[in-house]
Amino acid sequence: MANNDEHKGNWWIWKVFWILLGVTAFEVALGIIQPEYLVGTKVLGTSLLNQIFIILTLVKAGYIVMIFMHLGFEKNSLKWTILLPALILIPYLLFIILTEGDYASIMMQ
Amino acid sequence: MSQTTNEISNWGGGNRPYVASYGKLMMWFFLITDALTFSAFLSGYGFSRFKYGEVWPSAEDVFTHFPFLHGDHPLLFVALMTFILIMSSVTMVLAVNYGHKMQKKKVILWLSLTIVGGFMFLGSQAWEWGHFIHGDKAAIQTHTLEVFHIAKDNELSSVYELMGVDGHDGTHHHFSVEEVGEALHSNTEYGIRISDKTYLDHEAAVKYYDKNAQEVLIGANLHNNEYGQGLFADYFFFITGFHGFHVFSGVIILLIILINVIKGTYEKRGHYEMVEKVGLYWHFVDLVWVFVFTFFYLV
Repeated sequence: MANNDEHKGNWWIWKVFWILLGVTAFEVALGIIQPEYLVGTKVLGTSLLNQIFIILTLVKAGYIVMIFMHLGFEKNSLKWTILLPALILIPYLLFIILTEGDYASIMMQ
Repeated sequence: MSQTTNEISNWGGGNRPYVASYGKLMMWFFLITDALTFSAFLSGYGFSRFKYGEVWPSAEDVFTHFPFLHGDHPLLFVALMTFILIMSSVTMVLAVNYGHKMQKKKVILWLSLTIVGGFMFLGSQAWEWGHFIHGDKAAIQTHTLEVFHIAKDNELSSVYELMGVDGHDGTHHHFSVEEVGEALHSNTEYGIRISDKTYLDHEAAVKYYDKNAQEVLIGANLHNNEYGQGLFADYFFFITGFHGFHVFSGVIILLIILINVIKGTYEKRGHYEMVEKVGLYWHFVDLVWVFVFTFFYLV
């Protein structure tokens, strides 16, 4: 079915595995070391370290959804039907709720 | 794709504009709703973190244990749990892949390994919950529901250390505010760390203690927890619990599918799409954990 030529072997599965493992190991290493420069630099309301964590998480999520869940090889119409609600609604929700959380923090003081 | 449905009109259900079966499509639609549910939970968590700022417990003070190892090992155990789940995701893709090739024996092998991974993850989570509930350093709650910890040389110590007992000797400990207060008065090398994570030396600590201490907290429950802000444990139980429930139901579904594979149901049906659909669910569980890992343990 959707199993086209590039999916004959298993190498692509293990490639993604090593990427996910490598990224996770890198995150854990950063989390344990807590490099001072990354913790001290603030970007968009949180530390540069946290921003790196979030970006790496999105990279991992991308590999899982696109390769493991095969969404990258589905028809474009299906791909965007799945992705758009999440890509629009989740950042929207986060923006509203985190802004409100920040405001609540100011109100408490 | 099969062309037998050509005569049915576009709106008659004959065409498959997504080139995906009904079952697969519905699994995806379910996963979107589930993804939105989890993002609502995690953004709720984010709300409280932003609201409480410095008072919110930091993960490296909370999750420090590793089985059979002593001392502080922040992040190591969750890293292991993440590895287990990624690994079981890989075995799942392998099972799906061999399903496409109609190799029943290999599907059975990799599906079984996926189930083993699922059980290992559940076991790890039980261990993690056990430690979280039992607690590690104990703490003292104030009248205003803030939580402060015992410290020594500007580093976190524990109530157990101050009281001279082993917190992990398998028995249930209980301390009264007066007992701990007496010990703090007479051991001048101890101070405290108040809820915004600033350290007070012995003199200031004793003053703060006598004025504010109300209850000694041991471990975590839904009312309060020794790690800090009360909501922290609520979110922990709720979000990791909801995720764990997904893993659990995933394992059950995988078991049912495995039985069907062994019985030859999909061999007879001519395709292993059911394995693929369950695989989607299983990867989704892994996907959610990637986010829980980041927002609960790293950030």
